[in-house]
Amino acid sequence: MSEAAMTSTGEVLQGGLKGVVEDFSTDKQTFHVPWGKAMMWIFLLSDTFIFSCFLISYMTVRMSATDPWPIPSEVFALSFGGDPIPLVLIAIMTFILITSSGTMALAVNMGYRKKRKLTFWLMIATAALGASFVGMQAFEWTKLIVDEGVRPWSNPMGAAQFGSTFFMITGFHGLHVSAGVIYLLVIGFRVKNGFYERRGGNYEIVEIVGLYWHFVDLVWVFIFAFFYLW
Amino acid sequence: MASSEGQQHPLSIYFWIWGLLFVVSSFSYMVDYLNFQGTIRWTLIIVFMFVKAGFIVGIFMHMGWERLALRAAILLPPIAILVFIALMSIEADHTFLTRIEFFGESDFMAESPHH
Repeated sequence: MSEAAMTSTGEVLQGGLKGVVEDFSTDKQTFHVPWGKAMMWIFLLSDTFIFSCFLISYMTVRMSATDPWPIPSEVFALSFGGDPIPLVLIAIMTFILITSSGTMALAVNMGYRKKRKLTFWLMIATAALGASFVGMQAFEWTKLIVDEGVRPWSNPMGAAQFGSTFFMITGFHGLHVSAGVIYLLVIGFRVKNGFYERRGGNYEIVEIVGLYWHFVDLVWVFIFAFFYLW
Repeated sequence: MASSEGQQHPLSIYFWIWGLLFVVSSFSYMVDYLNFQGTIRWTLIIVFMFVKAGFIVGIFMHMGWERLALRAAILLPPIAILVFIALMSIEADHTFLTRIEFFGESDFMAESPHH
């Protein structure tokens, strides 16, 4: 964790706060991780701010709305013949994303063990779960638009701002999931056909894809808490 | 562990966190299903949310094993978001009160969950 470590070139790195000072002040590489990983983290930090802006604007319009806010628990209830079950589709989508996070974490691990076939199949499983998540989101949007008459500018249940924040936040998240599915497929097939074997057999890229995918799951945790449960 | 060798950890830790994420997610769903309201609802939602976020960032994204320089560079800037939340909630309250002042109370005001 924070104890001293050694780089591949045999350089000894200090741990703790002293290590932070040394890392930032040596006029050399600051972050002792592959550059792709550092760049992905910085991208994810900027994405954190984008999603924060969306969620904060949602908070602002919800707090300032004088009409009652539609109750998500009822809006997103689904009935399978019997009584409507609150938020059931959202719960299934949550569990699907967690499952995909697990298969992704295993793919990263198997990548470092250079088990190419297993890594490939775990990445395909992750992509398939992601695609099914997007499919369910499409179903949810269709139900809301067609059956319940929710529009970005109005809805029959209450505060007009509900639609605009809902479509904006879940739409942008769905776009991230879709992009992640494509990213996973591209890198997954490269792992399978030996692209990285020809480049020194380095599978850090699987961890970088993993960072992106776990971030998509992380954002969903916050959307689930603030938009659907609150 | 040297970062240049990549993040290699025993599989059991991933399976544990995977399972715990399922359990905590069920808990947060239960908050809605069992219809908790008020302070207890908000507290539980926030607690379960941060527990899940911590597992994902710390273990699945390996942040717990990274050097402090990277952890600080990525995890400290989001603190600024708290300032933004505080500013915008003051702004939102002001907008709400101004709307009540100029447009009058709507018929639904009594049922509004916020004020």
